[in-house]
Amino acid sequence: MNPIPGLRVRANRVDKAIVIAFGFIIVMLLAGSLYSTNFLSTAYLLQQLQIAAFLGIIASGLTTVILLGHIDLSIPWVVTVGGMMSTAAASWGEPSLAVPIGVFSGLLFGLVNGFGVAFLRVPSMIFTLGVNAVAQGAMVLYTGGFAPQSYATEFMRWLAVGKTVFGFPNAVLVWLAVGLTIAVLLKRTALGRYIYAIGNNEGAAYLSGVNTRGVLIVCFAISGMSSALAGVLLAGYSTKGYQAMGDPYLLPAIAAVVLGGTHILGGRGTLGGTVVGTILVSLLQSILSVMQMPEAGRQIIYGIVIIAMLLVYGRGKKVHG
Amino acid sequence: MQKRDSAPPFWRMQGISKRYGGVVALDDVDFECERGHIHAVIGENGAGKSTLIKIISGVVQPSAGRMFLEGREVAFPSPLDATRRGIVCVFQELSLLPDLSVEDNICIADSSGRWGFIDPRARRRRARRLLERVGCGDVHPMERVKDLPLSRRQMVEIAKALGREPKLLVLDEATSALTAADVEKVYRILERLRDEGLAIVYISHRMHEIKQLADRCSVFRNGRHIETFDRDVKTDEQVVELMIGREYKHVFPPKPHRDAPPAPLLEIEGLSWGEHLHDISLSVGRGEIVGLGGLDGQGQRELLLALFGVLRGVTGTIKIEGRPVAIRSPRGAKSESRGIALIPEDRKTAGLMLPMSVRDNISMASVGKMTRGLFVDRAKENDGIREMVTKLSIKIDDLNEPVATLSGGNQQKVVVAKWLMTNARIVLLNDPTRGIDVGTKQEMYKLLRELADAGTSILFYSTDYDELIGCCDQVVILYGGRIVRRLRGDDINEHNIIASSLNLPQNARGDQEIERP
Amino acid sequence: MKALRLWTIHNYGLLLAAGVFVFMFALYIANLEAGLNVRVVTTAANKAVLLALVAMAQTLPVLTGGLDLSVGMIFVLTNCIASAIVIGTPLEVGVGAVGVLGAGALAGFVNGLIIVYGRLQPIIVTLATGAVYYGLALLIRPIPGGDVDEGLAEFMTDTVFDLVPTSLAVLLAVVVLIWLPFRLSVLGRACYAVGSAEGAAYMSGVQIARTKLAVYTLAGLLAGIAGLMLTFVTFSGEASAPIGGTYTLNSIAAVVIGGTSLYGGVGSAVGSVLGAFILRTIDDLLFVFDLPPLWQPLFQGVVLLLAVSLGAAQVLRIRNRLDLFQ
Repeated sequence: MNPIPGLRVRANRVDKAIVIAFGFIIVMLLAGSLYSTNFLSTAYLLQQLQIAAFLGIIASGLTTVILLGHIDLSIPWVVTVGGMMSTAAASWGEPSLAVPIGVFSGLLFGLVNGFGVAFLRVPSMIFTLGVNAVAQGAMVLYTGGFAPQSYATEFMRWLAVGKTVFGFPNAVLVWLAVGLTIAVLLKRTALGRYIYAIGNNEGAAYLSGVNTRGVLIVCFAISGMSSALAGVLLAGYSTKGYQAMGDPYLLPAIAAVVLGGTHILGGRGTLGGTVVGTILVSLLQSILSVMQMPEAGRQIIYGIVIIAMLLVYGRGKKVHG
Repeated sequence: MQKRDSAPPFWRMQGISKRYGGVVALDDVDFECERGHIHAVIGENGAGKSTLIKIISGVVQPSAGRMFLEGREVAFPSPLDATRRGIVCVFQELSLLPDLSVEDNICIADSSGRWGFIDPRARRRRARRLLERVGCGDVHPMERVKDLPLSRRQMVEIAKALGREPKLLVLDEATSALTAADVEKVYRILERLRDEGLAIVYISHRMHEIKQLADRCSVFRNGRHIETFDRDVKTDEQVVELMIGREYKHVFPPKPHRDAPPAPLLEIEGLSWGEHLHDISLSVGRGEIVGLGGLDGQGQRELLLALFGVLRGVTGTIKIEGRPVAIRSPRGAKSESRGIALIPEDRKTAGLMLPMSVRDNISMASVGKMTRGLFVDRAKENDGIREMVTKLSIKIDDLNEPVATLSGGNQQKVVVAKWLMTNARIVLLNDPTRGIDVGTKQEMYKLLRELADAGTSILFYSTDYDELIGCCDQVVILYGGRIVRRLRGDDINEHNIIASSLNLPQNARGDQEIERP
Repeated sequence: MKALRLWTIHNYGLLLAAGVFVFMFALYIANLEAGLNVRVVTTAANKAVLLALVAMAQTLPVLTGGLDLSVGMIFVLTNCIASAIVIGTPLEVGVGAVGVLGAGALAGFVNGLIIVYGRLQPIIVTLATGAVYYGLALLIRPIPGGDVDEGLAEFMTDTVFDLVPTSLAVLLAVVVLIWLPFRLSVLGRACYAVGSAEGAAYMSGVQIARTKLAVYTLAGLLAGIAGLMLTFVTFSGEASAPIGGTYTLNSIAAVVIGGTSLYGGVGSAVGSVLGAFILRTIDDLLFVFDLPPLWQPLFQGVVLLLAVSLGAAQVLRIRNRLDLFQ
């Protein structure tokens, strides 16, 4: 007996979103190829992937948080922290620790986020916004308000820009590694089950004996580390960290996750969807810059795209009746 | 008041049906009531009573059928439409706004004074008058509703309803949250309103209330209107039979005969928590089924939550196998050394992750222990799940279907399966058969006894005293957060349970007397 | 009198905020070399009123249990619009000012429409619309510039009767002419009802959609007033994302400090005004106590974080852990 027939369709809504997102990617690639024959060349596609990798790493970490039904608005400055702390480590004479220190800084901020949301029960929207401000304050203090002078290490540059295996950009390999780790976490571990459970019904998960606070902290830590890692790579790409380097990544990261079919209220979604969403958003960004769309236009388009996607996939139930 | 045969009934529903997807909540119901009558609606959980009044009060729309008020056909797209026509519903606290004051709550739907502004003094006066009318003149209109005790809140709800000047007043389990004194006040008010010519529909599952108040009674069962009869026409057994639809006899598995209570597995000493639990001491033996009885809201739920680590600030001692334990969270309760499980009251909100698959729900509480290294041991998990599905005869084709697609009874089985998979030693159940079909209930009773025979200790709260009588080796009655009576063996009977639930004094022989009006 | 006692208990947060503000401002004045004079108060007021208005704007959606992450951007957008149209003949200036306010209200209205009829979460919707409003601001003012009627601007940033800063008078007018009538109206009561228990409000016949729509529109209007005032203070328009973001975050902190609950149903815009004043005074105190400027953003960030965590205090009082998962 199926008293709620509509539910079967909903269970596949994630797949439906991914299919639609994929469709858009194909459309954009085809449209782009009309504009320039280069568009479909391997070199260009690989370059697109490389650029998408930074966003992809951030979005992968963010996926776990959104699956919980929360959000991480501290991404902009945690990315910057990652970039600046890793280059700082280089200047302190510890180049081999550059990447670990960068990621570790992200972990610290992630833990603070997790603490605020899990123990203090402050809404994640608001707490992570506050942590973002603290991260900014910390970086202003550290750099003295100027652009940091320290340079990225050779290793960081190699990770961000180099190519190894079959000419594949290393950044993409890093993205692959992060993405796979998180995907396996979500699908094959108990923690993954708990994440979906909490996103669906935190109270019931709690009553099933799940350590809800621990899971929350772990996910925010993952998001913090991912953001910082992306910052490290960005610093490697630009050879230096710079103020507000993370600002352009928040909205696109959210868009990537949502476009990939992950429900904004949590409980449903996959990492594969986020990957597709990332590619979609990244392509969109490239097309916008080829069209020389000014920042104004980009912001407007992002906002409209997110709302449109939400309207199509994220509508709540009518509250009453 | 005599009804003149030629005049149409004051309120009539004809052929009303309500479907939610494939579930039929109401099936071709005809119902009518008259002014100057208190008309009771009685039925088990799932009989359709709440759906009926939701339709009457405009909260939901019927799928089919018509409604007539004073002979004219009506429809209520929203609660406001019903209220405007003089149909007012008193729910159990459902329409109070906790952060607002009493006067704001009472006057919330009033039309405004001039230009959209409210007149605070007029509100104050009106609120005062209505509070007096329900005998709560001591409540200050500026008090915030959330600061009031539960029974006062219910009285405010009633005052608010009266403020709408209803022609038809519907009360849904309106007295279950009230203190005994307030209940009497409500009875007097209802009787006075009836004499003033109001039509009153009164939903309850309490026989003694119905017998005391109702002029007429309608029995509902499985979404159908079964029969309506005047007061004093039917005996209690006859009414109950109409409610259940068959012989007044559950089939319970036989209880083991014990000379002495078994060795205790779970011991509670002096447990207290805030206002809700006072000095509870209780012992559940290995393989024993202990029932918690008493009226709704006397602390039974809180006791179970306390044992499961959900409540903070619990004082007293809990011992498992003689060793004192401190249970600080469900995770702690569930752990190997304790082995406690709780099947919560509301499976939809507290027991299940509805959009997740049946499989994931069943393994949720034990998946943490079924790992090989970092990963879940799928084979072991599947074996465990299949074992549970078979043991509980859960009717499901595809375990990957979302659990929301299952029927209520099967959903409850999934919750039970989840906890059985943890091999719990102590199983707590919070009203486990509420809203479950009869067949599944029987299976649950059998299962509980099987678990007990295998050595599990079971403590469960039920609002159904048939269950308590049929299942339990020991029954403990709570009143006002305290244990007022412990019953064993042949003492577990309806008379003792009801009498202790109402906290009636025992006479010299130790019997409790139920007052006959 | 019981009524007074109850009022005190219910408005405890607001009274506390008032006390804290008075204390902090006194501390500030006491440590200021110039001491208390009209100039000092006017400068402080001009800065504080901007945040106070944005905080008032934020209060309304919060009361209904939502949040508006676009208030900062509406503030910036209306500032840019004002720098373009609030200039010229007195008539043009007047029409321009009205136009600016209308733009703010329209932005709020759009927020409300999407939230109510799209049935989407306010937080994510306003995050997205905030981006759109910022983009629009950039379109109008790609680089900072523009102008505004000098006479009006000077008047607005100066004093009335050489004693009271005009900005404070404007704030008072907004409170008296907008907030108080709102509070005493059926709409205002409905707003609290929706925030307290939306389901129960519906059952009681409250018009949920209309209430929410009005609330977000009013929030946009208030943010628009703030944007207009900003133009008077800076004599120009700037599409600055950092300013928008900072004001949004600060408005949330001000709302919490002022005693309004993030869950809705409890609080007051007056409290948010006091919360804004407190935040601004903290900034001034940092300056007066010679905190090195480099430390200020960090300090401010920590203060904001602590402020928004204030509501966490009630978590400590929860007796039944299930209540944590609403």
